[in-house]
Amino acid sequence: MAGGDDLKLLGAWASPFVTRVKLALNFKGLSFEDVEEDLSNKSELLLSSNPVHKKVPVLVHNGKPICESVIIVQYIDEAFAGIGPALLPSDPYERAIARFWAAYVDDKVLVAPWVQSLRAKTEEEKSEGLKQTFAAVETLEGALRECSKGEGYFGGETVGLVDISLGSLLSWLNATEVISGTKIFDPVKTPLLAAWMERFSKLDAAKAALPEVDRVVEFAKKRQAQAAAAAAASETK
Amino acid sequence: MAGEGDIKLLGMVVSPFVVRVRMALHRKGVSYEYVEQDLFNKSELLLRSNPVNKKVPVLIHGGKPICESLVIVQYADEVWSGKGASIFPADPHERAVARFWAAYVDDKLFPAYIGIMKAATEEARAEKAKEALVVLANLEEAFAQCSKGKPFFAGDSVGYLDLAVGCNLFWLEAIRKMFGVTFFDVGKTPLLAAWAERFAGTEMAREVVPDADTAVVFAKKLQARFGSNTSAK
Repeated sequence: MAGGDDLKLLGAWASPFVTRVKLALNFKGLSFEDVEEDLSNKSELLLSSNPVHKKVPVLVHNGKPICESVIIVQYIDEAFAGIGPALLPSDPYERAIARFWAAYVDDKVLVAPWVQSLRAKTEEEKSEGLKQTFAAVETLEGALRECSKGEGYFGGETVGLVDISLGSLLSWLNATEVISGTKIFDPVKTPLLAAWMERFSKLDAAKAALPEVDRVVEFAKKRQAQAAAAAAASETK
Repeated sequence: MAGEGDIKLLGMVVSPFVVRVRMALHRKGVSYEYVEQDLFNKSELLLRSNPVNKKVPVLIHGGKPICESLVIVQYADEVWSGKGASIFPADPHERAVARFWAAYVDDKLFPAYIGIMKAATEEARAEKAKEALVVLANLEEAFAQCSKGKPFFAGDSVGYLDLAVGCNLFWLEAIRKMFGVTFFDVGKTPLLAAWAERFAGTEMAREVVPDADTAVVFAKKLQARFGSNTSAK
């Protein structure tokens, strides 16, 4: 790591957006201080570093904060351009394609409907959420086919912005399978994504950043129970 | 690097996202063929070029499509890096700050002002207007931090964040005309109010930004088509 660089990541272990930043730091080979925030009791540092959204992740580099996970990943790539692999390709058109798909991963199309299906109170809500998620995943299968050009990653031979964006969700995808029996990356419908998921999970940088699936399952179940209890409490008898 | 020839922009006259891209292309001094789209009857070319979102703007450069306005602006700055003015700052932290606020504008300002237009009740409209004003208060702070006393977010001349915010100004003016909402109160957001006037007066804005009345006409057409319960002035 470059001399004199102080990197602090304000995060929460379960957040895929925080995992995303850890992935980027790991792939670049950068060391950092991992600061776990209690989101029900946010630190002064977090509140002063991200006064607009008050959310994690926040990367604090030599005292200067950077917010929003995709912006942080691009920042890491640019501020540490000489160190480790490049996370974005050098060709402007390919960079535009990578940025497009990274935005797509986060857009309401993928993350929101899937979260909706996890939090759904009715079978209808759940299946609607899942339907949208599967449609988006099929689109991503096509994107992987185009972007990888026969290699293993969205970034081609090496991991890039889109791999990191999507890869940050892997523990949650695995947890979803454990809880509901639903495989979001079905090996029959989306073989490239299923293979990509296995390949990505085996990388050292990924293993170090992704939270343990068991822990995520426990966390998700607790959240579901809390939501159910709150819903029951608010119903009139 | 691809040559300058063969550049097409698929757009729609009152889309602020299209205006954003036109501003960027103006800054780069790039000439292009503009193709107006009918969003109620989308062309083959649009559907083929943006099959995922089916939206404008789409920049087609040497036959290759680029979608999403902020992605297009970054692309233009990179592929024509030798031409015209630089849109992005060079410093990585400044770039991150510019990207942060641009994302904020699209996430928070656009839905708020569109919400004012689409509101079915006076209450809903007042709620959305309040949201918009909170966003503008934050942007006032952002301006103070980013401009460091200079005329634009980016400093001496317009940059990424000026374009990201500025492309919405004609719609804010249209909504002010239709519903009487004051967005730029010199008492509350003096820096932003001054910047908005300055921005609208640039050669770039005068060339590519449509008249607020064009947006008013479009909004009324939408209301007629989809039957809004609230009437504009």
